[in-house]
Amino acid sequence: MKVFTKGLFKENPVFAIALGLCPALAVTSMVWNAIGMGFGVIFVLVCSNLMISLLRNFIPDEVHIPAYIVVIASFVTIVELLMKAYLPSLAASLGIFIPLIVVNCVILGRAEAFASKNTPLDSVLDGLGMGIGFTLALIAIALVREVLGSGQITLFEQGASLIRIKLGPLSDNPIRVFAFPAGALIVMGYFKALFETISKRRK
Amino acid sequence: MEVISDIIGIVFTYVLVSNVILTQFLGLCPFIGVSKNTESAVGMGFAVTFVITLATLFTWMLYNWLLVPAGLEYLKVISFILVIASLVQFVEMFVKKNSPSLYKALGIYLPLITTNCAVMGIALLVVEVEKLSLFNSVLAGFSAGIGFLVAILLMSAIREQLEIEWVPKGLKGTPIAFISAGLMAMAFMAFDKALLMNLVG
Repeated sequence: MKVFTKGLFKENPVFAIALGLCPALAVTSMVWNAIGMGFGVIFVLVCSNLMISLLRNFIPDEVHIPAYIVVIASFVTIVELLMKAYLPSLAASLGIFIPLIVVNCVILGRAEAFASKNTPLDSVLDGLGMGIGFTLALIAIALVREVLGSGQITLFEQGASLIRIKLGPLSDNPIRVFAFPAGALIVMGYFKALFETISKRRK
Repeated sequence: MEVISDIIGIVFTYVLVSNVILTQFLGLCPFIGVSKNTESAVGMGFAVTFVITLATLFTWMLYNWLLVPAGLEYLKVISFILVIASLVQFVEMFVKKNSPSLYKALGIYLPLITTNCAVMGIALLVVEVEKLSLFNSVLAGFSAGIGFLVAILLMSAIREQLEIEWVPKGLKGTPIAFISAGLMAMAFMAFDKALLMNLVG
């Protein structure tokens, strides 16, 4: 159980270890994008952790990084093709950040630090926990950015079906800068400060 | 004349308008991790520039001459990352043999470039999304690298100054770095497409 829960807060990949920052900031202008990205990462993380853990005794030490990268890249390709087929508008708005999951350091980091040394079951749990922690962090950032930057919360968007909550006056006069890259960095800075303060208190 | 304005357009776009770090969020990890002092920031900046330029060259050739004719575009993720990984390995060996002093200066940052999303991101962007020509792709890769260098250099200067300034306790370290980067990104918003249009017509 501890393997699963440590990724949620204590070792949260985005806020505590500052890994996988690029997608965390780039796709978080809408909550729905953050959810989509999060699920993509959860899928790749769980599958690659399982695969690498199963293969951990067969991969020679000298070539372990290239081997891991190939495993991860195959799952990323699967995610990309699936997303293009079933959620085309999400795939379009995430753009190059789907193939970029392959260089997301969270995934290679977990493969190297955890899956290569532990049993398949533990590795899957670890991947799931880390993935959910990553998704929660993304949703938190996206929530702040979308509410302040466009005055709405988009929970689902695919073709004609759309779930979007508009927040009255804020959606007429949003603080646009939060939807831009500059806002993302500033929100991230404050989240990081908040997170560090909370985790210091806990000790 | 058109060629020249094309070149100016690409350089201006990738260095300033859509700066890799400040507007596209590619390569943030080294940007925050390595920008504590100017010397390593410059080293990292040049190493990344070099690798991005070569990576766009090789991935362009791979994609347009091999993957597209064979109808294997879906293999791009796997093949691009392998090209980049072996390129970084090759650059590391080459630098180690020919210029030990540069190798020492770059240190551990060289192998880390493999997982720098700026390299992969720019390669995907110019080769697959924008579909630029070979020369323009390489030029765009080089400009993106220079954009990375400019951003990380400015950032390291800010952070060196921040070390001696008073910073609220909760914001010390990484948080204030993020916020300064945000303010920098805000300044970079002044470079936009309209400005580019005015410049090259």
